[in-house]
Amino acid sequence: MTMLDIQNLNVWFGHGRDRVDAVKGATFSVDRGDSFGLVGESGSGKSTILRAVTGLAPDWSGSIKLDGTELAGQREKAFYKTVQMVFQDPYSSLHPRHSVDQVLGETLYLHGFKDIDTRVVKLLDDVGLGGKFRFRYPHQLSGGQRQRVAIARALAPEPEVLLLDEPTSALDVSVQAEILNLLVDLRTENKLTFLMVSHDLSVVGHMCERLAVMKDGEIVEIMEVEALRKMQATHPYSQELLAASV
Amino acid sequence: MTLLDVENLWVKFPSRHGVFDAVRGVSFTLGQERLGIVGESGSGKSMTGRAILRLIRPPGIVTADQISLEGEDLMQKSEREMRDVRGQRISMIMQDPKFSLNPVMTIGDQIIEAYRMHNSASKSEAYKKSLDMLNAVSIRDPERVMRAYPHEMSGGMGQRIMIAMMLIPNPQILIADEPTSALDVSVQRQVLSIMDKLVTDRGMGLIFISHDLNLVADFCDRVLIMYAGRIVEVCDADKLHDAQHPYTRGLLNSLPRLDAPCDRLEVLKRDPEWSKTPSVSARI
Repeated sequence: MTMLDIQNLNVWFGHGRDRVDAVKGATFSVDRGDSFGLVGESGSGKSTILRAVTGLAPDWSGSIKLDGTELAGQREKAFYKTVQMVFQDPYSSLHPRHSVDQVLGETLYLHGFKDIDTRVVKLLDDVGLGGKFRFRYPHQLSGGQRQRVAIARALAPEPEVLLLDEPTSALDVSVQAEILNLLVDLRTENKLTFLMVSHDLSVVGHMCERLAVMKDGEIVEIMEVEALRKMQATHPYSQELLAASV
Repeated sequence: MTLLDVENLWVKFPSRHGVFDAVRGVSFTLGQERLGIVGESGSGKSMTGRAILRLIRPPGIVTADQISLEGEDLMQKSEREMRDVRGQRISMIMQDPKFSLNPVMTIGDQIIEAYRMHNSASKSEAYKKSLDMLNAVSIRDPERVMRAYPHEMSGGMGQRIMIAMMLIPNPQILIADEPTSALDVSVQRQVLSIMDKLVTDRGMGLIFISHDLNLVADFCDRVLIMYAGRIVEVCDADKLHDAQHPYTRGLLNSLPRLDAPCDRLEVLKRDPEWSKTPSVSARI
């Protein structure tokens, strides 16, 4: 069953002479419980697709369907209970003067949960941090721990879809392995659907079942990870990308 | 031939909770080769590079038995004498071109300045030389780039301009501190091959600092692996994948691989013993 269906999506910034078309006619769909990757070089529009889905890009046309319902204009609260996003840089996505407890507590409060106290503890356990991190501030955490807090925050409303924008590119390889393992575990436990952006083909190969290769705002190829492993890319750009990352 | 000989280098930062040792007793030599230094963030690899150029400011403390550049001990030199070493004999490429180019000077002026600082040349001569250098790092339309400001350049171009600027005084040693980690995979290869060509053509010594093991294995001749301020292992780059130390093995195994899929990635288990065992010497 299709969870996220994107048809002919265009996203642009500015207008008139300064108009930049960041995404041009992107079409793909992600089934419930699947993991879909978007790869390409910087400026190819992969993060912009995620931002358009969450409503962070104001100018877009085309159709985005979430679980069968068309998305338009301002997103409703119920939308954010289904879709959550994890950002690239854990050093800037957490409020420097809010403790971990405040970050998670506020999210839970905004989504109308009553048993905030027990839920905060549970969330911290789920992402492998434990209760002793509850009253710490972001500057007291390492990069990997911050990214775990950001993941806990995204999990707080019990979403069905997680949008991951380069979740490990700011981290060391050893920490990257821990976070990727955590994401794989959370996906099986909570039956999540992932839409993941990365410039690293091997990370996408590890996490996803299908992927789309983007160049200059357009999707040049959609393929299965199996084909990626066998180096069977058809478009010359994906072949080039594949050759550069092995 | 040994260009640089570093013996027992320490970098210390006094803090409220006692002295923090960022680099602890590192020794290595550099000939006309490509030497890679790898490790996680905080392992002291960048500090090693900066300490060689004496770029660590107080309250940081640098001590070493010797840091000798072709027999001259850099530790004994005054600040004024060091200025003749920096750029002229040892150059450094920093990680992010956005922060290391002057935003209010045109690129042309910056490269010309770098050249004229160390060579007595007329302006037109320096201009010609800068154009040649930009050509050498395969920048198209160098005349336009000479007139442009850094914000008009992409990341890959900025990094190539930095390489041009650092190589124009023709140094003997180039220290590259994560020169490609801010760049895309496709641009990365291009920048590396340019750097490789220039370094081999001129017979320079290169210290290549990076956290990317595969990149270092492909690109360098010899690799030092650092952990917690110490060198834990030295090996030839082509034998990096047969490395023995559990830390190096852990780093290699934690990378996801396209050709070898697995359900769970191996997570590095840190042994406190690693940070206690003395540094391995990489002197030849």
